[in-house]
Amino acid sequence: MIYRESGQYKTSYINDSQIFPIKQDRYAVLAFIAFAFLAVPFIATPYFFSAILIPFLIFSLAALGLNILTGYAGQISLGTAAFMAVGAFAAYNFMLRVPGMPILLAFILGGVCASMVGILFGLPSLRIRGFYLAASTLATQFFVVWCLTKVPWFTNYSSSGVITAQEVKILGFHFNTPEEKYLLVLAIVCVMALLAKNMVRSTVGRSWMAVRDMDVAAEVIGFRIMRTKLTAFAVSSFYCGVAGALFAYCYVGTVEPEAYNLDLSFRILFMVIIGGLGSILGSFLGAGFIVLLPIVLSYIVHVTGLPNSVTSNVELMVFGALIIFFLIVEPHGLARLWQVAKEKLRLWPFPH
Amino acid sequence: MSDRKIGDVILKAENISLSFGGVKALTDISLDVREHEIRAIIGPNGAGKSSMLNVINGVYTPQEGTITYRGEQRKDMNTYAAAASGIARTFQNIALFSGMSVLDNIMTGRNLKIKSSFVEQALWIGRARREEMENRKVVEEIIDFLQLQHVRKTPVARLPYGIKKRVELARALAAEPNMLLLDEPMAGMNVEEKQDMCRFVLDTNDQFGTTIVLIEHDMGVVMDISDRVAVLDYGKKIGDGTPDEVRNNPEVIKAYLGAH
Repeated sequence: MIYRESGQYKTSYINDSQIFPIKQDRYAVLAFIAFAFLAVPFIATPYFFSAILIPFLIFSLAALGLNILTGYAGQISLGTAAFMAVGAFAAYNFMLRVPGMPILLAFILGGVCASMVGILFGLPSLRIRGFYLAASTLATQFFVVWCLTKVPWFTNYSSSGVITAQEVKILGFHFNTPEEKYLLVLAIVCVMALLAKNMVRSTVGRSWMAVRDMDVAAEVIGFRIMRTKLTAFAVSSFYCGVAGALFAYCYVGTVEPEAYNLDLSFRILFMVIIGGLGSILGSFLGAGFIVLLPIVLSYIVHVTGLPNSVTSNVELMVFGALIIFFLIVEPHGLARLWQVAKEKLRLWPFPH
Repeated sequence: MSDRKIGDVILKAENISLSFGGVKALTDISLDVREHEIRAIIGPNGAGKSSMLNVINGVYTPQEGTITYRGEQRKDMNTYAAAASGIARTFQNIALFSGMSVLDNIMTGRNLKIKSSFVEQALWIGRARREEMENRKVVEEIIDFLQLQHVRKTPVARLPYGIKKRVELARALAAEPNMLLLDEPMAGMNVEEKQDMCRFVLDTNDQFGTTIVLIEHDMGVVMDISDRVAVLDYGKKIGDGTPDEVRNNPEVIKAYLGAH
């Protein structure tokens, strides 16, 4: 009964194209963001920050990046981790080699470098699509990791290949504790999610979806396919690059090529598929699902008192089964389930 | 119909030949379209009607022949140039963007009018926001015109066939085209839907002065609404003229209207 939009009339087009057209949604989201910024720092433990919240936010950002490319523009990519690696290493090298480089600028430049690599490896998408494109982005994945391992300049001639990320410092303020890093990541993710939402509700987003749904028609009404696809690759890789830099600087604290392996690419792809292709909210739900599920499962298995060797296997089995279950029940992901729930809620408690 | 002013030739296709490998789709076809007229192209299945439309708006490049549109002669058109010069079209099989709402689908038709960069759009500031609202206004007028208000926010995948066809027309009209190419706009419709569609096509022609090139199989419709009819058969033009002339052309009767 509370979730009603009746009586909320839109009297201008600007009103009608708000991000959350229903008042209740708007307040709920604002309250949620305020909670995340103001209340969470006081109630969460350091473990909670560094093991759950920070990876959740960083993976959400990476998933958002992949969702722009795969969900909105319809171009499958298995090279997400490679774009993240480019972002991380570019940020590292800018910090290392440019004196007085502000870290936020280094993150942005890391994203820009990832964009350029994205455009380069997005070129095959102009001729091929579907599985063939997936295979060619797989090449990106292997090439980038290989390149970062083999060319010592990128890792600053470090013998182990593992480098400690520089300190995160903005305008003299040091981000050392998990709590401070959480707030930094949260702020960046909020801003970038807002920008993504703006893109998908304006012409650039419509051009991506048009190319995804029916490329011939898109061409005939005047979208330039090449530019559209490459823009999608660039924007998507930018997001992944920034996520990769945050991954190195705010989560693991080291910069190493092996962290950005194919496994990570697949994890992010799962997040997007489970969360919901073509949905900003879905990226967050998917990341939350994939980050939280192993933790919850391990807790449950731990409580039942099974031996350790069994625990880890049961976790994997349940994890796999749940993913399959979800995809069968709702192939459009958690975001769609959420949508359905909201539609039901609008009518509740009157079913018709 | 009599007060409509049919103008000069706006589009002239000369000696168009198009083949795919060994298959000749079009052979030496010349066709002209006058401003503000409704020009029908008819012919049996596989006669090359859709190919002809695809040549006009640049999807296919003919091996021979030229196209002159509003005084500009082009050998190889591309789709972008065609769209930019005011040619819009609909497709035989509905080619809507199925993941988007009706409103977004029609908004895509306005894309050439939007000049802001994607950075401005991401920030949702100034020009990007203003353009979005201005174009939304035009789109709403088209929604009114084609009576699509009730499905404005519905994803197109959920719509019935007849409405989808109408949304496709709306998307084409959103570009405010000089020339509209309609590929079987009434295929698969029932009588009422056909009547609605005829009305919309005639209204478009009447109110906006849009030149219309139309492919249609329903002879009743074609003879009723078009000013001139071209008949294709096996990639060749076998007749051209007013509906009455075409109806009495012996070759056309032999090839196509034989059953009537």
